[in-house]
Amino acid sequence: MPAKTLYDKLWDDHVVRVEDDGTALLYIDRHLVHEVTSPQAFEGLRLAGRQPWRVSSIVATADHNTPTDHWDRGIEDPVSRQQVETLDANIRAVGAKAYFPFKDARQGIVHVIGPENGATLPGMTVVCGDSHTSTHGAFGCLAHGIGTSEVEHVLATQCLLQKKMKAMLVRVEGPLGKGVTAKDVALAIIGHIGTAGGNGHAIEFAGSAIRGLSMEGRMTLCNMAIEAGARAGMVAVDDVTIEYVRGRTFAPKGPDWDRAVAHWRTLHSDAGAHFDRVVELDARRIAPQVTWGTSPEMVIDVNGAVPDPAAEKDPVKRNGMEKALAYMGLTPRTPIKDIRIDKVFIGSCTNSRIEDLRAAAAVLRGRSIAANVKLALAVPGSGLVKRQAEEEGLDKIFVAAGFEWRGPGCSMCLAMNADRLEPGERCASTSNRNFEGRQGPGGRTHLVSPAMAAAAAVAGRFADVRDVL
Amino acid sequence: MKAFTVLDGLVAPLDRPNVDTDAIIPKQFLKSILRSGFGPNLFDEWRYMDVGQPGMDNSGRPLNPNFVLNQPRYKGAQVLLTRENFGCGSSREHAPWAIEDYGFRALIGPSFADIFFNNCFKNGLLPIVLPAAEVDRLFKQVEAAPGFRLRIDLDAQTVATPDGQTLRFDVDPFRKECLLKGLDDIGLTLRHADHIREYEERRRATQPWLFG
Ligand code: SF4
Repeated sequence: MPAKTLYDKLWDDHVVRVEDDGTALLYIDRHLVHEVTSPQAFEGLRLAGRQPWRVSSIVATADHNTPTDHWDRGIEDPVSRQQVETLDANIRAVGAKAYFPFKDARQGIVHVIGPENGATLPGMTVVCGDSHTSTHGAFGCLAHGIGTSEVEHVLATQCLLQKKMKAMLVRVEGPLGKGVTAKDVALAIIGHIGTAGGNGHAIEFAGSAIRGLSMEGRMTLCNMAIEAGARAGMVAVDDVTIEYVRGRTFAPKGPDWDRAVAHWRTLHSDAGAHFDRVVELDARRIAPQVTWGTSPEMVIDVNGAVPDPAAEKDPVKRNGMEKALAYMGLTPRTPIKDIRIDKVFIGSCTNSRIEDLRAAAAVLRGRSIAANVKLALAVPGSGLVKRQAEEEGLDKIFVAAGFEWRGPGCSMCLAMNADRLEPGERCASTSNRNFEGRQGPGGRTHLVSPAMAAAAAVAGRFADVRDVL
Repeated sequence: MKAFTVLDGLVAPLDRPNVDTDAIIPKQFLKSILRSGFGPNLFDEWRYMDVGQPGMDNSGRPLNPNFVLNQPRYKGAQVLLTRENFGCGSSREHAPWAIEDYGFRALIGPSFADIFFNNCFKNGLLPIVLPAAEVDRLFKQVEAAPGFRLRIDLDAQTVATPDGQTLRFDVDPFRKECLLKGLDDIGLTLRHADHIREYEERRRATQPWLFG
């Protein structure tokens, strides 16, 4: 047998049939659904008089529009409320394996609840009408975001029409330095290959630095694969994966568990497997990262400075940099550590898991946020994460430092609910996109790790977390 | 879905790389549960001077005179000329819905983000990838010549410029077929329902834990 990549194995295992031109019908095991990208798909299904193919593949939650405080008041924005109620009604009508509606104890960001409930299992194909579905690739899954038409296609047929992507290997070797996290690795990779670097590819992350990451860290990394242009990111299955999955609500039990584990242990790239592109990074050289622009590739070490567009030779890039700096209100050559912030957001499907909250709390313990920080939010990714954090007393550390401790949801990652930046406000954010207006019209986002966000909250400006650990 | 065959359309240039779907259609408009009506809010933050909200009457809002689509010479444009990695970011299909609803039928650029690219084909929009140097030349031509149009022939896979040049482009044969005929791919897939069922039965036997 020829050596196969992990991606080859996952692909081959899910192909129902292939057309002459290579377009494959790919079977989907897990369909995650949230309120924003599904209403038109359910409507389309209804209008065509079609039934969902396999309801037990659906796991749904409301996350984007839900408020993170004052739950007693419900969803005050009528347009948001209608969208969430539409999801309620659609799931009521159609059914699902699991639904975690607004206020449910297990509600949360769709990419947090899948793994923590064992609804994401190694070897699965996982899709969701959401680009950060790449997160689930951390489990050795083929997981990627789809559009709403494809949501409808999966509902109706349990399949996707797909052409095989190219395979890219990103190998990160060596130990990560103190205070350097999966988020910094992700940003460093994007800084290296660019936001279009992974276009048309599925990325496998490998190397000793990746194997050394927890599942939370691997999820952070795969989550950001889409910011490198790759629809799918993945990590091979190992003991860390299997131990994470063991005992979770929807994980297999008894003899099924043993059979599953035997299969999962095959989910890695074979020695000598061919990748279309290989990128290598030295983990020792990765420092905590901070983005300075309006694209995740506009990123630099915390000890660096805002780059000067005048030094950029490519006119298209230079133009992009100039627009970014104008939007961000930054002057070339300003040291990153001189940039003062107004708000801090710790949350999102990138960095809202228990380990992220622990890392931030470790920096905040016994410290307070700076006077110029108007608002600091800690938003757990799910109700279960929130509960665990409270059991560990993390909420008290956040609150004592001056943070607001909120309910789960997407929150200020994209500001569809009430949590947002005002025009001109600058935010240290653990989310994944620093696009113009992403956290509120005119808002200025700098992407960082949870520990770096906490350090920035304390200093009132960006700071090297390694100096305070 | 609207079929796409031949388009002779006015071209509008959007000269910046990495245009993300948040810029194409900001999040507040994603609260809609409909598929239509997004056109007036296409590029909302760049296009208007105020902050747009769903349900607003857009006709009276102050326009940003510096935004390219607000220039009278590009009114009625059907072809959007773009730079590298257009459509990156969120998977929101509201982005192609807004572009289509505004009146565009085709996009031309050196590269598109994967999910966005795919979503275009599901909505009767043709994204065309041309080499960066050719795209660059088109940008110069559009800017130099008001009323600049391109004739796009999907079947022949060509873009014809007014000065008689013909640029060829690649397109996936399956997507081309669906777009030329305006086909609904769910219907096409369901013709293989038996195959899907057979596959499912096979897997149910080997990996039963997936079907709990
Ligand atoms: S947390 Fe942000 S990126 Fe993640 S699913 Fe929610 S809105 Fe999308």
